Amino acid sequence: MRIKVEKRFYITKWQEVCIILASIVLAFSSGALVFHFLGVDPLEAYKMMIDGSLGDFYGVSETVAKTIPLIMCSLAVALSFTMVVWNIGAEGQFVLGALACTAFVRYLYVDNFVVMLACMGISALLAGGLWGAFAGFLKARWNVNEIITTLMMNYVAILLLQYFVYGSWRDPTSLGFPMTPLFPKSARLHQFFSTRVHSGIFFAVIIALILWIVVRKGVWGYEIRVSGQNPKAADYAGIRSTRNVILVMFLSGAIAGLAGMAEMAGLHRRLQPGFAVGYGYTAIIIAWLARLHPLAIIFVSFLFGALFVGGENLQIAMRLPLSSVQILQGLILFFLLGGEFFRNYRVSFISRKR
Amino acid sequence: MELIVPILAAAVRSGTPILYATLGEIMTEKSGVLNLGLEGIMLIGAYVGFIVTYNTGSPFWGLVAAFFVGMAVNVVHAFLCISLKANQVICGLAMTMFGTGVSSLLGRGYVGETIAGLQAVALPGLSSFPVVGPVFFSQDVMVYISYLLVFVVWFLMYKTKFGLMMRAVGDSPLSAEAAGISVSAVRYASTLLGGGLVSLGGAYLTVVYSHMWVDLMTAGRGWIAVALVIFAIWNPLRAALGSYLFGGVEALQMRIQAGGTTVPAPLLMMLPYILTIAVLVVISVFKGRGRMLGAPSALGLPFYREERE
Repeated sequence: MRIKVEKRFYITKWQEVCIILASIVLAFSSGALVFHFLGVDPLEAYKMMIDGSLGDFYGVSETVAKTIPLIMCSLAVALSFTMVVWNIGAEGQFVLGALACTAFVRYLYVDNFVVMLACMGISALLAGGLWGAFAGFLKARWNVNEIITTLMMNYVAILLLQYFVYGSWRDPTSLGFPMTPLFPKSARLHQFFSTRVHSGIFFAVIIALILWIVVRKGVWGYEIRVSGQNPKAADYAGIRSTRNVILVMFLSGAIAGLAGMAEMAGLHRRLQPGFAVGYGYTAIIIAWLARLHPLAIIFVSFLFGALFVGGENLQIAMRLPLSSVQILQGLILFFLLGGEFFRNYRVSFISRKR
Repeated sequence: MELIVPILAAAVRSGTPILYATLGEIMTEKSGVLNLGLEGIMLIGAYVGFIVTYNTGSPFWGLVAAFFVGMAVNVVHAFLCISLKANQVICGLAMTMFGTGVSSLLGRGYVGETIAGLQAVALPGLSSFPVVGPVFFSQDVMVYISYLLVFVVWFLMYKTKFGLMMRAVGDSPLSAEAAGISVSAVRYASTLLGGGLVSLGGAYLTVVYSHMWVDLMTAGRGWIAVALVIFAIWNPLRAALGSYLFGGVEALQMRIQAGGTTVPAPLLMMLPYILTIAVLVVISVFKGRGRMLGAPSALGLPFYREERE
C-alpha cells in the first residue's frame, strides 16, 4: 500500500466542516489524555465544564458575558490577520482601553449617561487604537516585526495597569486591595435581567456586522486582502499598503480598546489587576477557527466563552488552575493547524494490487 | 568599581537563560523554521528542570531532562510546521499557550518549595583577574558551558557539513533538495536541537537562578529571545552580546529596586520590554534598506516539493 498526497483544487463546505469538527474532537480527546496523566478524571472534568457553562440559565448568562469581550478582541485580530499583519497585542490594547475610560471616569466625570458613554467609548477607541497604530507605524516605516512589538507592548500595558491600581488610583477605602473605586451610575452599561450580560453585546454585534460589510463586501476590504496575500500585485495595482498597515493596526487596536471599555463599564465597573485574563490571546484561536469571518466569530466566541466559564467551574469545583483551559486552547489550535493540511491536500491510500 | 562589578556579574547570570534560548532559536530559524513557542518551551523546561532536581536531588539530571523534554515537545512543532506545512506563526502561539498551561497546572503543588540547585564555581587562575575574573569566571558551570556553546553553535553553522546543509535548507530549500539534501530531515534536526537549548534556558531559571518554581516565571524572556535573534542577525557571537545587554538591564533594575528608590516597581519592570522594542527599531532602521543580512530567505515558509517556480 502506498500513501499518495496531492494538492486539492476545491473543497466542499461539508468536507471543510467535517475537518474542523474532527480537529475539535481530537483536541478534546487528547486533552482528556493530558488530564488523565495529570491525575484528573477527564470525563468528570468535561462534565463539570459543560454543566457550569451551558447547564443552566446562570451558566449560559455567564458564558454570554464572557463572549462579549471575546467577540470584540477576535474581530480586532481577525481584521489585522486579513491583511497578514500579526497583531498579537489585543490583550494590551484591551487593557489600554480600560485604562483610558477609567481615567476619564476618574478625572472628567459628568453625571450624564450619554455624555459619559460617548467620552469613555471614544477615549478607549483612541487609546487602544494608538497603542496598536504605534506598532503599525513601526512596521510600515521600518518593517519592524509587529509580532514582537505588539507582544512587548502587552507586557508594558499590564505593568502600566499595575502602576495605576497599586499606585495613585487605588481606592482609599478598599482596605489595601489594588482596585479603583466603583464607577458611578452614569458611567455604567446596563445589565439585563439581573445577570452579568451587559449592553456591550450590542457593540460587539454591530462591529461584527460593520466589519462583515466593509471587509467582505467593500473595496477597502478587498485592498487589504490583496495587500496581505500578494503585496507585489497590490503595489502594481496602486494600493497604498503602507497607509493601510497603520490604519488596520489602528482600527484593530481601537476595537480591542472598546472591548476593554465595555468590560469596565459593563462587567467589573472598577479597574483591578485581574480583569485581563487572556481574552486577547484566545482571540487568536477564535479568529483562526472562524477563518477570519466576522459573523462566524460571534458563534465561535460563544463556544470559547463556554470554555472559559467551564474552566472557572473546574477551578472552583476541582481546584484546578485556570491554566487547564490554556492547555485545551493550545491543543485545539494544534489540531486545527493539523487539520488545515487535510484541507489543502488530498491524502489517499493506493493499494499495489490493481 | 566595587559597585559595578557585582552588577556586571549579575548581568551575565541574568543573560544566560536568554542566551541559551537565543542560540536555540538561531539554529531553528537558520534552517527556515520560525518557532514562536519559546516562552512555552522555556516554561516547560523550567518546570522539568525543577521537578527532576527536586526528586533526584541532582541538578545535572534536572538539566539533562529539561534538554530532552524540550526536544520532545518540539517534535509537535516540527511535525505540524514541516510535515503538515502548518502556519508557523500560529503554531508557535499554540505552543506558548500549551506550555504555559501545562507548566502551571503541573507546578501548582510546588510553589514555594526550594531545591539546592547549582552553585557557583570560581575557575582557578582565570577568576583572579581584576574585573573580568569576578564577572565572567566566578560563575556556575552552566554559564561556562554557554560560553563554549556560543562557539560550538557558530562552528556547527559555518564550519561543518551539517551547518552548510542547515543554511542551504533555510535559504533555498529547492536548491538544497536538488543537491540531494532532505529538507525535512535537516529542518527536523535543527528544530529539535534548538528546542532542547531553549528548554535548557528555561531550566537555568529554576535550577541555577532562583532555585524554585514560580508560575509564569519566564516573564517574557522567550519573546525577548525571539527579538534578540533579529538583533543578532542570526549570529551566535552577537547573540551573546545582546543577551548580556538584557541581563544587564535586568540586573540594574533589580539593583535600583533593592536600593530603595522612589520610582515605582512596575515602571522599572517595563525597561526590558521597552528596550526590546527600541533595539528592534534601531536594527530595522539600519538593516531595512537592503535585505536583512543573515536572515534566512525561506524563514517561516513551508516547503512544497511539488511547487517549483
